[in-house]
Amino acid sequence: MTKVLAISGSLRRDSHNTALLRAAAERAPSGVELELWDGLKAVPPYDEDDDGDLAPAAVTALRSAVAGADAVLFATPEYNHSIPGVLKNAVDWLSRPFTTNPLRNKPVAVVGASTGVFGAVWAQAELRKVLAATGARILDRELAVGQAADRIDGGRLTDDETADALADVLRELEAIVHAREAALTRAAA
Amino acid sequence: MSTSTIAAPPSTWRLDDTHSSVGFQIPYLANAFKGAFREFEGTLDVTDAGAKLSGAAKVASIDVKDENLAAHLQSPDFFDAEQYPELRFAADRVALDGESVEVDGEVTIKGVTRPVEATGTATGPLTDPHGNERIGLTLSATVDRTAFGVSWNAELPGGGQALGNEVTILAELYFVKAEQ
Repeated sequence: MTKVLAISGSLRRDSHNTALLRAAAERAPSGVELELWDGLKAVPPYDEDDDGDLAPAAVTALRSAVAGADAVLFATPEYNHSIPGVLKNAVDWLSRPFTTNPLRNKPVAVVGASTGVFGAVWAQAELRKVLAATGARILDRELAVGQAADRIDGGRLTDDETADALADVLRELEAIVHAREAALTRAAA
Repeated sequence: MSTSTIAAPPSTWRLDDTHSSVGFQIPYLANAFKGAFREFEGTLDVTDAGAKLSGAAKVASIDVKDENLAAHLQSPDFFDAEQYPELRFAADRVALDGESVEVDGEVTIKGVTRPVEATGTATGPLTDPHGNERIGLTLSATVDRTAFGVSWNAELPGGGQALGNEVTILAELYFVKAEQ
């Protein structure tokens, strides 16, 4: 079973991006299991003085959750043409220490929703750039869910085309996980 | 130019990796940046049909002065050490002209194999104080890193990019003749 940690960059209760991840969990292909992470709001501002063996509990929990997952699926809204500060902050915590950070070589995918027509494409590109800096293994694909208010009703995704695309993203992410496992097996042989 | 392939009694030469080095040089900002690999292997096989040179370097052994830079170079942004743990080289034509040497072969970086021509000098053979026969090859070759999918870069504030694409691969190789 491929374990995918799903992280929404939006804290809002009725977030379209969180709804996307719930839909991804429901439509996950067999062999893929999604866990929705809901600890983003508890992650404090990054401060190297607070890092190390006594890192804040919310950060330790986040690092453990990513380390324990086979892959991570991010859904990001777009704030001022970029990613939300809280999401960048969480990735900054995850990226330290750089040489052993839990995102290193981790297969990751990025999707995004917005109420406008562009579907958070710039935020997705920015998040992929940030994730590349951490050493993550990034799925080269975007899923831009525009006009999200028309596709999500009462917190549920109602658009089959988007649901199919989410399932495709998970299948491609699973393929990267399997390729990574094969490489690690070869290296150990 | 008259060239000849290495002609000698068939023999196998093993790389003395303690004294050899394999590295690279790439334009970075206002100068050239150099790195090297600590772990590599190589063999020179001389047969009646000519000489063959082959070798491999471990990406995880990349040697630069900062551990964070080493980690970045091993990440998917650059060599992707986890997926492609080795760089490989194989040549079945090694041509000598006096001390000059030309090697035609293939280099494999990040899983992509492309032809490459290396040039340099050959020294020896000579006998070392322990009675071993040694020869030296100093080779360099230039490749376009983007052809191998090693395409990270960063835009500079004033225009242009931080890192060049033409990489010079540098190898100082000491071979010791294997016992027959």
